[in-house]
Amino acid sequence: MAQFVLHKGSTRGHANHGWLNAHHTFSFANYYDPERMHFGVLRVLNDDSIDGGMGFGTHPHDNMEIITIPLEGALAHKDSLGTSSVIQHGDIQVMSAGTGVQHSEFNANADQVVKLLQIWLFPNKKNVTPRYGQITLDIAKRHNNFQQILSPEPDDAGVWIHQDAWFSLGTFDENFETDYQIKKQGNGVYAFVIKGSVTIDGHELTSRDGLGIWDTDKISLKFNTPDTEVLLMDIPMEL
Amino acid sequence: MKTLTILYIGRNQEITDTMNRLLNAREEWKGITTCLEEEALVMVKDIPIDLVLLGNGISAAAEEKLRADLIRIRPVLKIIQHYGGGGGLLYSEIMAALNG
Repeated sequence: MAQFVLHKGSTRGHANHGWLNAHHTFSFANYYDPERMHFGVLRVLNDDSIDGGMGFGTHPHDNMEIITIPLEGALAHKDSLGTSSVIQHGDIQVMSAGTGVQHSEFNANADQVVKLLQIWLFPNKKNVTPRYGQITLDIAKRHNNFQQILSPEPDDAGVWIHQDAWFSLGTFDENFETDYQIKKQGNGVYAFVIKGSVTIDGHELTSRDGLGIWDTDKISLKFNTPDTEVLLMDIPMEL
Repeated sequence: MKTLTILYIGRNQEITDTMNRLLNAREEWKGITTCLEEEALVMVKDIPIDLVLLGNGISAAAEEKLRADLIRIRPVLKIIQHYGGGGGLLYSEIMAALNG
């Protein structure tokens, strides 16, 4: 029988540093809740809003798959691999930190907030060679459809990572219904509502709520509001 | 409040330096760091370390040997894996280790 865990948006950790307004679904920085450490290999789900011109100075990462999804505005990225780029809504950025990488992330605009999701997954292989990737996707293909934005395969749609994970994004009309088939046995799905309201297997979620479901092979979704935007993360439950 | 002495072991010098700064930024923690296993073993012998964090670049075989060597010196020593290489997960990893 399917198991679930519901994380209402209002129960997330919150830190407002002035220039950075961050909500943490799982324990991060000074937010610590032993009941909110991870969902399977999903360790971090941060919902960040960064003021114009501000950002994170150069800092290191290792042994983590880091995915950044800009929701509004643009984010400038520089790293020790020689990458210098700007990502914006419609782009997906991935970094396999592996043996170690240093990077900085700044709002690329002085007069506009950048909003983004940053997601960290435990890798399935430690100490890999650090790697950077980004892709621009056609947002129109997300209408009433889950568009795959990440997979474990370099040749598959979206970016790829060192983990048996598949991410999908979609924007749906009110009353639209669909099922999502879990890609791999033993995986669960963590659904995060970016905007609107959706009912998943009988659980009603609104903006910034998260629902983890496992011990099942599919989930059923019904969208309750126009332009409901949902991110699905299909991930191994075993660490 | 007791100050926790935390040893971080990693291969990447820049990350190890950052971890040193992050660990020592908190009043309740004293951080010491090294990139060398031999030095870590000496530290565990000589210093009353409460917790060891294993960081970047240590292979599975090296980690297994290091854990065994550390436990041989101090059987009750808590040893955990540090992920992420920065401050994001540090506090919750340490709290979970101490409360676990």
